[in-house]
Amino acid sequence: MNQRVLLEVSELKKYFLIKKDEGLFSQTVPLKAVDGVSFTLHENETLGLVGESGCGKTTLGRTVIRLYEPTGGSIVFDGQEIADLSAKELLPSRRKMHMIFQDPYSSLSPRMNVTEIISESMENDASIGPRERKDRVLELLALVGLNSDHANRFPHEFSGGQRQRIGIARSLAANPKFIVCDEPISALDVSIQAQVVNLLKEIQESHNVAYLFIAHDLSMVQYISDRIGVMYMGHLVELASSSTLMQHPLHPYAQALISSIPVADPHTERTKTRIAISGEIPSLINPPSGCAFRTRCPRVGTLCDQVTPELKEIDADHHVACHLYDK
Amino acid sequence: MATLLTVEDLKVTFSTKFGQVNAVNNISFTMNEGEILAVVGESGSGKSVTALSILQLLAKNGRIRNGVVSFGDHNLVTMPEGEMRKVRGAEISMIFQDPMSCLNPVFTVEYQMEEVLRFHKKEMSREQRHSRMIEMLELVQISNPEQRLKQYPHELSGGMRQRVMIAISLLCQPKLLIADEPTTALDVTIQAQIVNLIKELSRQLHTSVMLITHNLGMVAGMADRVQVMYGGEIVETAPIDVIFYGSRHPYTSGLLKALPKPNMGDEPLHPIPGSTPDLLLDHIGCMFYERCDYAMECCRDLTPPKYRISSDHMAKCWRCHPDFSETAEEKEVREAR
Repeated sequence: MNQRVLLEVSELKKYFLIKKDEGLFSQTVPLKAVDGVSFTLHENETLGLVGESGCGKTTLGRTVIRLYEPTGGSIVFDGQEIADLSAKELLPSRRKMHMIFQDPYSSLSPRMNVTEIISESMENDASIGPRERKDRVLELLALVGLNSDHANRFPHEFSGGQRQRIGIARSLAANPKFIVCDEPISALDVSIQAQVVNLLKEIQESHNVAYLFIAHDLSMVQYISDRIGVMYMGHLVELASSSTLMQHPLHPYAQALISSIPVADPHTERTKTRIAISGEIPSLINPPSGCAFRTRCPRVGTLCDQVTPELKEIDADHHVACHLYDK
Repeated sequence: MATLLTVEDLKVTFSTKFGQVNAVNNISFTMNEGEILAVVGESGSGKSVTALSILQLLAKNGRIRNGVVSFGDHNLVTMPEGEMRKVRGAEISMIFQDPMSCLNPVFTVEYQMEEVLRFHKKEMSREQRHSRMIEMLELVQISNPEQRLKQYPHELSGGMRQRVMIAISLLCQPKLLIADEPTTALDVTIQAQIVNLIKELSRQLHTSVMLITHNLGMVAGMADRVQVMYGGEIVETAPIDVIFYGSRHPYTSGLLKALPKPNMGDEPLHPIPGSTPDLLLDHIGCMFYERCDYAMECCRDLTPPKYRISSDHMAKCWRCHPDFSETAEEKEVREAR
């Protein structure tokens, strides 16, 4: 990809301090939600992020746009290091990034009408006057497929798909370059999901935005993403172009994850072989030594419990963190 | 195959402060012994309400206006509550979507499992009950069943709780298991485990399964027959391959077309336009009329009848009328699918 790099994240860490045991002598221990994740995102690109619940994909998305304070590591956004900026210094960059949330029911204030919701993020921008603001709202509504009649209504008057459209219009209000989409379609009905995904794609083309697309529905992620990263217990275990990852996944976890997605085609379902992984995700407070996946891995080796594998480039643009591919 | 359950002309309404919601409108279907029937539809299509009406578990504002649910020699709709209790859990049991809220947090797994046996299998001794519980937990592939019995739900993970729910629902070897979105709350890798488990147990114990879901991928891997619901009506019923490769209702094909396919490249997805119908209103004509690519004038005013395309394929669409002829172009599009 010859596009300019928009976002460069390296060794990003986010630990939450939680109480272990109750009572007088309770200790606080770190829960390593995101533990040393590095990736780059180009302008106008979509990076998909998949993994099971609790793997840290949402935390990563929120930390990248500084909704959470990072514990360590660096985030270079548009040529500027933003990981340790103060809230005030961060403001100019803040405008260039936005977020679309999972639940269209709870992410819109029930007491604000659509115009107020969408124009809120323009309020701090002195260059846009009140009249322009109103025009901009109507323009955005048209863009997401709603009309001007909707501008004075309240969120409860809309269906789930329409609310998600309002959320998308809000995220575009300040002309961002980067939007984190945190499971934007998982709360919607099947027939509506495709509408919203098409809309996101159209907007990317017309507005030049880059997406970090977090989801667990792999078939949709494959469709919308240029590259996909697979996360497991706070680590990025594989990162590759969308077609490479879906057709030739290398990490045993990615292989199992991809083989377990049900395909809406009875012939494929009858003939395909599933790579079953047993057991469930271990506790994040007390993660396994070495590779976090070794407790469930069907191809576990001798090195796996001692050395944590690092994300290495195996092929052009195909990164894997697994000892199986050590040279 | 022998018929296990017959639903005839079932109509269910809910009275709300906005008026009467027609959740299920005169649906009829049958289930055979040992088969897995998938009920597919979007939220509000009436699939869960159908399941709850079979078990007589509707919320207080819900009412069965008419219809018959025959199970064996009984009509479950008119069955007194005392009799119905003997059916629930023993003959027909249900697994719900959310395993977190279906188990009682203040009782151990053992208590909640034993409760079912104490109620339905009074002849069993304590030892028999215990060995039956262990047997069921092993069947759903739970390790250390002895130890798990003593645990409380919060000590188990989501996948484990759903396994316990399945074990409880199968304790009395029911003839029919209703699984309402059994894997929606679980992760993909766990989902695959649970789906395989239900499928295997159904074969092993010869239990019929009514699988309620909106995930067409799961249906493809599991069901024998599919029933598609839209706006409280059954719009198409057919064996699994017919639904996926030869469906006749535009809604069914629309649902399949809306899914992303591998190697689509930059081609846009094909969503179904609009949104689901408002069931508060009285509808005339076809429920799908407003969103249908093929809608004709008659679809607006006249409710389409059920057309039998073959002995096991039914579609509720005017395009299946014997006098209807599709244009060559339309035929090409349909056959290209």
